[in-house]
Amino acid sequence: MLDSKIPSGKLDDKWVDYKGHCKLVNPANKRKMEVIIVGTGLAGASAAAAMGELGYKVKAFCFQDSPRRAHSIAAQGGINAAKNYQNDGDSVFRLFYDTIKGGDYRAREANVHRLAEVSSNIIDQCVAQGVPFAREYGGLLSNRSFGGTQVQRTFYAAGQTGQQLLIGAYQALERQVALGNVTMHARHEMLDIVKIDGKAKGIIARNLITGELEKHFGHAVLICSGGYGNVYYLSTNAMGSNVTAAWKAHKQGAYFANPCFTQIHPTCIPVSGDHQSKLTLMSESLRNDGRIWVPKNVGETRKANDIPEADRDYFLERRYPAFGNLVPRDVASRAAKERCDAGFGVGTSKQAVYLDYAAAILRYGKIEVSKQGLSNISEDQIIALGKEVVKEKYGNLFEMYAKITGENPYEVPMRIYPAVHYTMGGLWVDYELQTTVPGLYALGEANFSDHGANRLGASALMQGLADGYFVAPYTVGNNLADEIYNAAIPTTHPAFEEAAKKVADRIASLKNINGKQSAESFHKRLGKIIWNECGMSRNAAGLKQAIADLQALKKEFWSDLRIPGEINEYNPELDKANRVADFIELGELMCVDALTREESCGGHFREEYQTPEGEALRDDENFMFVSAWENKGEHEWQLHKEELKYDVIKPSQRNYK
Amino acid sequence: MSQNTMNLKVKVWRQKNANTAGAFVTYDVAGISDEMSFLEMMDILNERLITEGGDPVAFDHDCREGICGMCSMYINGKPHGPWQANTTCQLHMRAFKDGETIVIEPWRANSFPIVKDLTVDRSAFDRIIQAGGYISVNTGNAVDGNSLPIEKQNADDAFAAAMCIGCGACVAACKNSSAMLFLSAKVSHLALLPQGAPERKSRVLNMVAQMDKEGFGSCTNTGACEATCPKEISIANIARLNKEYLGASLSAE
Repeated sequence: MLDSKIPSGKLDDKWVDYKGHCKLVNPANKRKMEVIIVGTGLAGASAAAAMGELGYKVKAFCFQDSPRRAHSIAAQGGINAAKNYQNDGDSVFRLFYDTIKGGDYRAREANVHRLAEVSSNIIDQCVAQGVPFAREYGGLLSNRSFGGTQVQRTFYAAGQTGQQLLIGAYQALERQVALGNVTMHARHEMLDIVKIDGKAKGIIARNLITGELEKHFGHAVLICSGGYGNVYYLSTNAMGSNVTAAWKAHKQGAYFANPCFTQIHPTCIPVSGDHQSKLTLMSESLRNDGRIWVPKNVGETRKANDIPEADRDYFLERRYPAFGNLVPRDVASRAAKERCDAGFGVGTSKQAVYLDYAAAILRYGKIEVSKQGLSNISEDQIIALGKEVVKEKYGNLFEMYAKITGENPYEVPMRIYPAVHYTMGGLWVDYELQTTVPGLYALGEANFSDHGANRLGASALMQGLADGYFVAPYTVGNNLADEIYNAAIPTTHPAFEEAAKKVADRIASLKNINGKQSAESFHKRLGKIIWNECGMSRNAAGLKQAIADLQALKKEFWSDLRIPGEINEYNPELDKANRVADFIELGELMCVDALTREESCGGHFREEYQTPEGEALRDDENFMFVSAWENKGEHEWQLHKEELKYDVIKPSQRNYK
Repeated sequence: MSQNTMNLKVKVWRQKNANTAGAFVTYDVAGISDEMSFLEMMDILNERLITEGGDPVAFDHDCREGICGMCSMYINGKPHGPWQANTTCQLHMRAFKDGETIVIEPWRANSFPIVKDLTVDRSAFDRIIQAGGYISVNTGNAVDGNSLPIEKQNADDAFAAAMCIGCGACVAACKNSSAMLFLSAKVSHLALLPQGAPERKSRVLNMVAQMDKEGFGSCTNTGACEATCPKEISIANIARLNKEYLGASLSAE
């Protein structure tokens, strides 16, 4: 049975009680304890900084040339916190409730409540570090609203919130490097976990510059390597984002939870052709002021600005009047897909809808007119004033759109379409963020714990920093307290030698395939299969076909891959091949998971299970559990279920109407 | 949008590693759509090189949305290419004409040694941050975020400086390979905020010392850094850095 180790007691008291009773490691012993952290995004960098500050000997690893590049940096919109600075009725409970409901009742209550509890501390910590959040004229912090909520609790730094938070965590990390508490290994990729007596005791990492395999000991190993959205090839993830560290952990016995829970973000720049290498997100914050619509008539040929109001269908406002354009991501994405599939799409591909700022520009312009006390103002002047306001709020996003599409979004509506953005699934962890392998932890997007079947906007940054700054330092310490009797194990131990040999053999066998096709070309084909059959909507026949296709693709990969260059040198193609091999295996597990989950919830929409109005039809009686998959060998997994108990919130059908 | 296709030549710097000499090699790339990004054009070239059994061109890139700061190409004599306020990954092929020859080089600076082809080692930037580019506040020490109101203008100016993505284009553009714009952005970001005040003097002195140790050149106020910066970091930050440095030097104990 899976033991999630949720503390007993009232929901509000669990985390306080845990912290009051967990075991501690005294400062002299902390200096002897080594902690390995894989990945330096918000979760990894904050964990490395916080653990370093406590005095642990931390070794951090990232595949980029600097920890400051991790993909958390690309998060645009903001970070939630239950500060209630706006006096609009927010509270820890409400943030907790919104997150559970937004996750379609597939997340663990105790974890989510803890997340809501520490959310305020995150803002305080970041302000203290000098993160330049947006402020009002009075000098106080500014908030905006995001999807799936009715309060304004999102803190932001223009459209670069992720960048500013990551730089804050990066600087805290570099400070610990300077103090000698953290050793940073950039351009390194973790390629296996080393286990001794069933516990995680280190990793094998490849130095990506020299190709050398390195052995590193740790009393604990923290996987903070982010999500697996790049399995789709086209996603808003960075090109290098990968599942390899998490997948190696899975192969070593860590269960993988809810892999089919993937998030398709509604507002991305549409695909323009086969050459496309990645997709670009337009922040959800744009839905605050922008209105989403398609023409009312199939085959509409007029330009967007020439279509009169009467011929426009603001389909989100029509279907969901209570939340309008701010419905959660899964709901907004499916609604856009529904309109495009029905033939109302816009642009050359017809796979896009409009995100229109004309009304917002006019509204802001009029506010400026009254603010500045102007009179005799023409409509053009009002629009010019409105554009200034919009530019201040969303300028960098509008510029990005213009660069990519060559169109001016201040003049014509943007074209957007859903794209893969985030993965709620990940390594199964208990309340302490420990996986099913003792000593092995997963933080941030790499774990599955807080977002259920759908994540609300501005919650990923919150979770990454909560895990790293405020949760792992306690929970990892609680377990390290039992390790103080165990001295560091030299990496000459046979377990390290064996693991290194296994990694070397795998790299050699990849290199020795000497086939004809590049890793990139396999990745593209993998992406097409997963997007078509395990994307925005899924059905049993398609998923079965996808599993067969992926098994065939895996065979072809291992018989016709070509990696140019040498093993013992800087070789980005080799790195890519390693990652694609793991993505293909993960893709199969995603389809297995999606096939098993015979219900629709959050980002997982099974066509067989929907209401007459086309909304997701959840099955709480039979599927109110976390699917945790154990690897049993090639193409084989065993399902373990963690029942979800709702003590405080009563699950109901999500209603945003 | 309609697509136009182009046939181009790219003249690329190829260098096996830091210890070998490099040289330009010219390749033909055909059928490039003007809707492609510059790096997608490079992907097409690399895919062809791999299929033909050749060695693909190594270049750093990651987010491909202009924020991670990893991409670093010197295109037709300009860091990040011809567009203003732009990174290489956001440069699109609309910027070029059919038949054109595009020259692509790595960042060239002694403090950024070449790893391979167009990939360079920018770890010197991390070491400059380690020298003082932070506020020393351990996790859990913070007071309520709103207990410290910050004048909006200062907050906005700090943010404008903090937008630096650490790509190194400023160094690549500078005839002296100076890192002053990078350094000044961080010093300004933290000096403009009250949280940064306690370490204000030691920060600027230590960071400048580290910059010198890394071998970056001096600033002669040419302004090439500002003109090329993808995030439009202003050289007003360099003026602020000089003021901070002078003040700290005169009053340091």
